[in-house]
Amino acid sequence: MIEVRSLKKTFVNGEIETPVLKGIDLKVADGEFIAIMGRSGAGKSTLLYQMSLLDEPTSGEIIVDGRHAQSMPESEKVQFRLSEFGYVFQDYALLPELTALENVALPLLMKGLGKMLSYHEARAALEKVGVGHRLNNLPSQLSGGEQQRVSIARAIAHNPKILFADEPTANLDNESSHAVLEIFRELHKKGQTIIMVTHEEEFAIEAGKIVRIDDGRIVSVEADR
Amino acid sequence: MFPLNIRIGFFLAVRALRRASLWTTGLIIFVMVLTFLNLVVVSGILVGLLQGAIDQTRTKFTSDVIVSALNDKEYIENSPNLIALIATLQEVESITPRYREGGILEANYKTRKEGDKANTAPGTIVGIDPAKEDAVTGIADDIVEGSFLSPGDYDQVVLGHYLLKQYIPIETPSFSTLENVGIGTKIRIKVGDVVREVTVKGILRSKVDEIALRAFMVDSQFRSMIGRTDGNVTEIAIKLKPDTDPIAVREALELSGAGTYAKIQTYEDAQPQFLKDIIATFNMLGNVFSSLGLIVASITIFIVVFINAITRRKYIGILKGIGIRGRAIEISYVFQSIFYALIGSGVGLALVYGFLVPFFAANPIDFPFSDGILVAPLDATFTRVGLLVFSTLIAGYIPAWMIIRKNTLDSILGRN
Repeated sequence: MIEVRSLKKTFVNGEIETPVLKGIDLKVADGEFIAIMGRSGAGKSTLLYQMSLLDEPTSGEIIVDGRHAQSMPESEKVQFRLSEFGYVFQDYALLPELTALENVALPLLMKGLGKMLSYHEARAALEKVGVGHRLNNLPSQLSGGEQQRVSIARAIAHNPKILFADEPTANLDNESSHAVLEIFRELHKKGQTIIMVTHEEEFAIEAGKIVRIDDGRIVSVEADR
Repeated sequence: MFPLNIRIGFFLAVRALRRASLWTTGLIIFVMVLTFLNLVVVSGILVGLLQGAIDQTRTKFTSDVIVSALNDKEYIENSPNLIALIATLQEVESITPRYREGGILEANYKTRKEGDKANTAPGTIVGIDPAKEDAVTGIADDIVEGSFLSPGDYDQVVLGHYLLKQYIPIETPSFSTLENVGIGTKIRIKVGDVVREVTVKGILRSKVDEIALRAFMVDSQFRSMIGRTDGNVTEIAIKLKPDTDPIAVREALELSGAGTYAKIQTYEDAQPQFLKDIIATFNMLGNVFSSLGLIVASITIFIVVFINAITRRKYIGILKGIGIRGRAIEISYVFQSIFYALIGSGVGLALVYGFLVPFFAANPIDFPFSDGILVAPLDATFTRVGLLVFSTLIAGYIPAWMIIRKNTLDSILGRN
């Protein structure tokens, strides 16, 4: 479904070049749950952003559903992000002036679904992640755990092919973290492809495959766990 | 595709506005109201200053239509017939025929010693029917000392304040005024070779120079003074019934052949060329100020939207990240800008037409040569509203466009 070949990413700040990814090769099949692990600065989040088409690699190839990302115009990448991908960010990344329901409904509206259907689907997604009682609350009125659930609901409401999660439990307490992991486990059971960045071993073991990165390179892949 | 972007843009804009800080929204709208007032009121007062002068001249001097002697004649020939003709027009409410001659006014002639400079002032002596004149121009209301003439007030005169030194304390070789003249003072009026001693009955104050430089006498006496026994007058001011078009009356009089004997002008035709030039100049100045106001408004909105977009850069990144098209995000900012411009203009319109225009109409600004009002014609005002909304739209779009062009991930992560 998604394949990365010889992927390199170097950040340039003036004359200073900082190579972060130094040649990554990785394949993710449909229905896989992959955890990308590594210490801070290892390049795991950078890899996730390249794979999810949020950023441009310096070199290498990203192939999504047989399509080379490098040859995609920006509008097609936007369409991919809207239709095929779902994102869960470490800091939830909810829009503060939208209610939980509106946050989740927004991508559906952008896809062209009618208002009624969008809100219906959004409500269903919020109920699925256990915040069906917080539909009309603004993010500022929700706890961190609830905000992350809303963020997950937004990511899954449009049935994406791949769910990308960047440290989804980093800002949560233990109880909320386990609740989020439970949601991911349930989604995976139903066949959802998930690529999750985490630095917590306890949560990584939920994934079927753990990809360990260090200094911009994959150092191990633990599969069929 | 485009309507969907508009729909999403509207969705985002409505929620951003609905949940924005009331203080911020209030401040932006306040700035827009001030900008609108700057656009409309500054030029409106400039034009109103002159409009006040025009209105005064119309009300107090020419009325709606003025008929005067041809340039090469001293009076309107066949005046009695012309007056009778004018009186038959159904559009006419009232008329005042006037006799007018240049003359010299002299005071303190009895106490003047030999070698003393004569206390004289040149003026325009006008013979009127007091009742008719007051019916057309309401001149009696302008008396500031003493009282206005009555039909039988022989040997009495009402002086315009420009003829008296206590009102115009300037001394130039080309402009002299009477000193020590008040109500009850006897003065001499000399027209041609005829001299008559009269008593000052009243002093009127007018912002119309032509009136302020006049001395008014009862017409029957003035007629005998100038030896005009044929009833031919120098000018006829015609007041029309409300909502009557002066041009139509002018054309009707010209069609009747009156133009052969007299110059027939509407109050607009009779405006001096310098006044027309000043009006054009002030209109131009008003447009310059309006343009500056528009630029200031655009920059203000640009700064407001730019700061708003900069502080919300992360959220713009998130929107793009989750697949919201850049165009939809831009449109949301454009909608917000239009909202501010429309609300600001709406409040401004309510202020201008609900308060300022009626206020200045009731309490004109006391300029030296005019009772200044606020002139805000609806068509010009709405043109300015349109310009304000358009410039605001552009000023709102550009910063949103600039921020949206930035790398999505950099925006989300707050990287430069």
